[in-house]
Amino acid sequence: MESITNISAIQNLVYIGSSVLFILGIKMLGKEATAVKGNYLSALAMFSAVAITCLSLEIDYKVIVAGVLLGGLIGSAIAIKVKMTAIPEMVALFNGFGGLATFLIAWSQFNAPDNSLFQHALIMLTVYIGGITFSGSLVAYGKLSERIKLGKGSWITNVLISFFYLSLPALVYVIFEPSISTVIPSVPSYFLFFLGLTLIAGLGFVTPIGGGDMPVVISLLNSLSGIAAAFAGLLLLNNVLIVAGSLVGASGLILTVIMAKAMNRTIGNILFVGYASATQSSGEVEQGEVKPISAEDAYLILENASSVLIVPGYGMAVAQAQHVVREMGELLEENGTEVKYGIHPVAGRMPGHMNVLLAEANVPYPKLLDMDEANDILPNTDVVVVVGANDVVNPAAEDSPGSPIYGMPVLQVWKAKNVIVLKRSMSPGYAGIQNPLFFNDKTKMLFGDAKHTLSELTKEVKTL
Amino acid sequence: MEMYILLGFVLLLSIFLGLELIAKVPSTLHTPLMSGANAISGIALVGALMLSGDGQTQNLLAFGAILFASINVFGGYLVTNRMLSMFKKK
Repeated sequence: MESITNISAIQNLVYIGSSVLFILGIKMLGKEATAVKGNYLSALAMFSAVAITCLSLEIDYKVIVAGVLLGGLIGSAIAIKVKMTAIPEMVALFNGFGGLATFLIAWSQFNAPDNSLFQHALIMLTVYIGGITFSGSLVAYGKLSERIKLGKGSWITNVLISFFYLSLPALVYVIFEPSISTVIPSVPSYFLFFLGLTLIAGLGFVTPIGGGDMPVVISLLNSLSGIAAAFAGLLLLNNVLIVAGSLVGASGLILTVIMAKAMNRTIGNILFVGYASATQSSGEVEQGEVKPISAEDAYLILENASSVLIVPGYGMAVAQAQHVVREMGELLEENGTEVKYGIHPVAGRMPGHMNVLLAEANVPYPKLLDMDEANDILPNTDVVVVVGANDVVNPAAEDSPGSPIYGMPVLQVWKAKNVIVLKRSMSPGYAGIQNPLFFNDKTKMLFGDAKHTLSELTKEVKTL
Repeated sequence: MEMYILLGFVLLLSIFLGLELIAKVPSTLHTPLMSGANAISGIALVGALMLSGDGQTQNLLAFGAILFASINVFGGYLVTNRMLSMFKKK
């Protein structure tokens, strides 16, 4: 135990202080009025924990200064430059780096002399969780930014999945390795194999999961990175790592559960089953006719409406259309129309993703309705404008038991008098499921890039 | 071993605390909260700073851990702050 570290009393007291600040910070982050302050408090907690650690060290400052400066520079540059629409993949990437840091910490501790059996087991667990978090987050990043298109069914995915399942017995083996190796002489480089295996296992864990389920996966990986940090804290006998890591682990888990509930699925189903293949859906026979319209026609419909509900989805994020959406909403309001926004809890690629984008575009908060509020007013709404949303407005979730998303709560836009759907093409949504809404008698399709289409629409409004 | 039991106790209590703290958060704040929690997981930086730097491999591992944890910390807090400031400006 001496080989690890000696934490002085003062250092421990500061750690307790920053643990309290972390707890207050998270609590305040959960309320709108105090969220900004909460983030500052949590940053202050981080700063004091890091500062007191630096002051109590005898190790090489060059390594520390170089690492912190370079890392701070890279992190800040990414954070300042990133577009708001790309936030989900950024969080995934940052999260992956956190996982990688714990992975390296555990690796370094493995090289330290005189690890007890318990420490050895902890090291292996931390390596495993940290490694899975790292490579899994990279895949999540790739899928969200649409750089990785691999999915279920490809042979590469299958190979990766088998590595994931192989990694589980391997983990059990390496945990008990010191006691086994007294009986069987061990392979000296087994640890390096294990390091590699965990990284590949992380790829196998996330690759088969569909892109539409990535918000849930990121939230889970966020939770895992917290747990990895807490284990590293146990390893280094450091209480602030344990407290902060556990808080993140628990909060990530709660968010994961909230999201899974909003999709009416269990976490196990999301991780290991995925949506049933789209061919099972029974909707294909009863498809009616699609009615495409022009921006001008859409304007005529909107002009006569006294109430409009805008339903944004991931398509709005991709097209960066949130500002034009707000502009159109304001113009309609000048025309005397009542404009509201209906937000589905899992619209976009992160929970609350749409709220962030609309806030960026300065849409007043009271105009945003959650799913239940929106469903209450939908039967009395004249026109619904669906901007790049698909699965969250799919009636199949309510009336076709054969559909893979049957049972998921959705926005009942088909109850409104008219529906205008802004969409790039007729391709099915991220979940790969056809949407009967597009063939509904009330529905008019306005094809094209959401931003471009909306600009044309607002031009129409302005000319009058 | 007693030390581990004590710290294990801290770990369990913190998990329960975390579950209680997050359970009633409005959905608007889910994304900033996730991002803020992500920044906090950068606490691994403290662990990285404590690594011993004997020999080249250990130095490299410590440097890597410090580097990546710092990216997580700085990036995480800044992005969260950017997001929250958008909510605030009304």
